[in-house]
Amino acid sequence: MAAATDPIHQFEIHNLVPLLKIGTADIHLTNSAIFMLLAVGLTALLLLGATAGRRLVPTRLQSVAELSYELVAHTLRSTAGEEGMKFFPLVFSLFMFILFCNVIGIIPYTFTVTSHIVITAALALLVFFTVIIHGIWMHGLHWFRLFMPSGIPGWMAPVIVVIELLSFLSRPLSHSVRLFANMLAGHITLKLVASFVVMMGGIGVLGWIGALAPLALTVALTALELLVAFLQAYVFTILTCIYLNDAIHPGH
Amino acid sequence: MDPVTAQTITAAAKYLGAGLACIGMGGAAIGVASVFGQYLSGALRNPSAAGGQTGNLFLGFALAEAFGIFSLLIALLLLFVL
Repeated sequence: MAAATDPIHQFEIHNLVPLLKIGTADIHLTNSAIFMLLAVGLTALLLLGATAGRRLVPTRLQSVAELSYELVAHTLRSTAGEEGMKFFPLVFSLFMFILFCNVIGIIPYTFTVTSHIVITAALALLVFFTVIIHGIWMHGLHWFRLFMPSGIPGWMAPVIVVIELLSFLSRPLSHSVRLFANMLAGHITLKLVASFVVMMGGIGVLGWIGALAPLALTVALTALELLVAFLQAYVFTILTCIYLNDAIHPGH
Repeated sequence: MDPVTAQTITAAAKYLGAGLACIGMGGAAIGVASVFGQYLSGALRNPSAAGGQTGNLFLGFALAEAFGIFSLLIALLLLFVL
C-alpha cells in the first residue's frame, strides 16, 4: 500500500540484467536503460519507416517525420544561421531522444528517463563542451571575446566579464535542471492527484462521487503533461541552438 | 534537547520550508500571466503578425514556468525525499 501511494516510488531504478563487472562496480541493464533503448528504437523505427517509400505526396507517417525535421531545421537556421546546419544531426538527435523519453514517460507504469538529473546533466554537459571545444577550435583565442561584448568602456570590463562568465558557467545547470524539474514535478503532481481518487474511493459511495473531481483533474493534468513533454523537448532544443550560436558567432 | 523534541522541530521546519518554497511559484504565475497578456495585447493590435509568434510565446511560457517548477521541486524534495 505504501508503495502504491508514495509519489517518489515511480522514479526508482532497478537492476534487471547483470552485464559486466569492472573492479568493484557492477554494470547492470536497468529499467532506465531499457526505456532509453526503447526511445532510440522507436525514433529509428519512425524515421526509417517514414522514409522507406519516399513519395512526393507524403503519407501520414512521412509527414510526421517531415514536420519534426522542418521544426528542428527551422529553429536551428533562425537562431544559429546557415552554418549552424552542420550541427543538425546533434540537435535533431537530442530533440527526438528527449521528446520520445518524455512522451513514453506519460504512459502509466512506464519509467521517465528524463526525470533523473544524471541523464539531463549528461545531455546539457554534452552541449556545453561542444560549444567550448568547437568555439576554440574554430576561432582560437578570439572566441573568448564572447565574455567581453564590443562597445563596453574599459573600466566596466572587469564587472561585465565576471557577469558573462558566471552566466556562461551556470548554463549547463539551468539547462539540465529545467528539463529534469519539469518532468519530476509533473509526474509527482500527477501521482498525488491520482492517489486522491484512490483515497476517496476507499471511504464508500459518497467518496465515489467526491472522487470525480480529482479524476477529472487527472485527465486534465495528463493533457497538460503531454504539452509540457513536447514543450520541454522543444525548449531544450532551442536553448541548444542558442548556445551553439555562441560557438559559431562569438561576437555579440 | 531530547531526541523526540529535536525530531518534531525538524519535521515542523521541513513543512515550513516546503510552504515557504511555494511562495516562489507566485513569481512564476506573474511571469506566465505577463507572457500571455503581452502576447494577447500585441496580437489584438496586429493580428496578422500573431501567427508567427506562437513559437516565441510558448518558449517564453516554458521559460517562465520553469522557475515556478524549480520552487515546486524544492518543496517536493523537502516533503518526500529529505
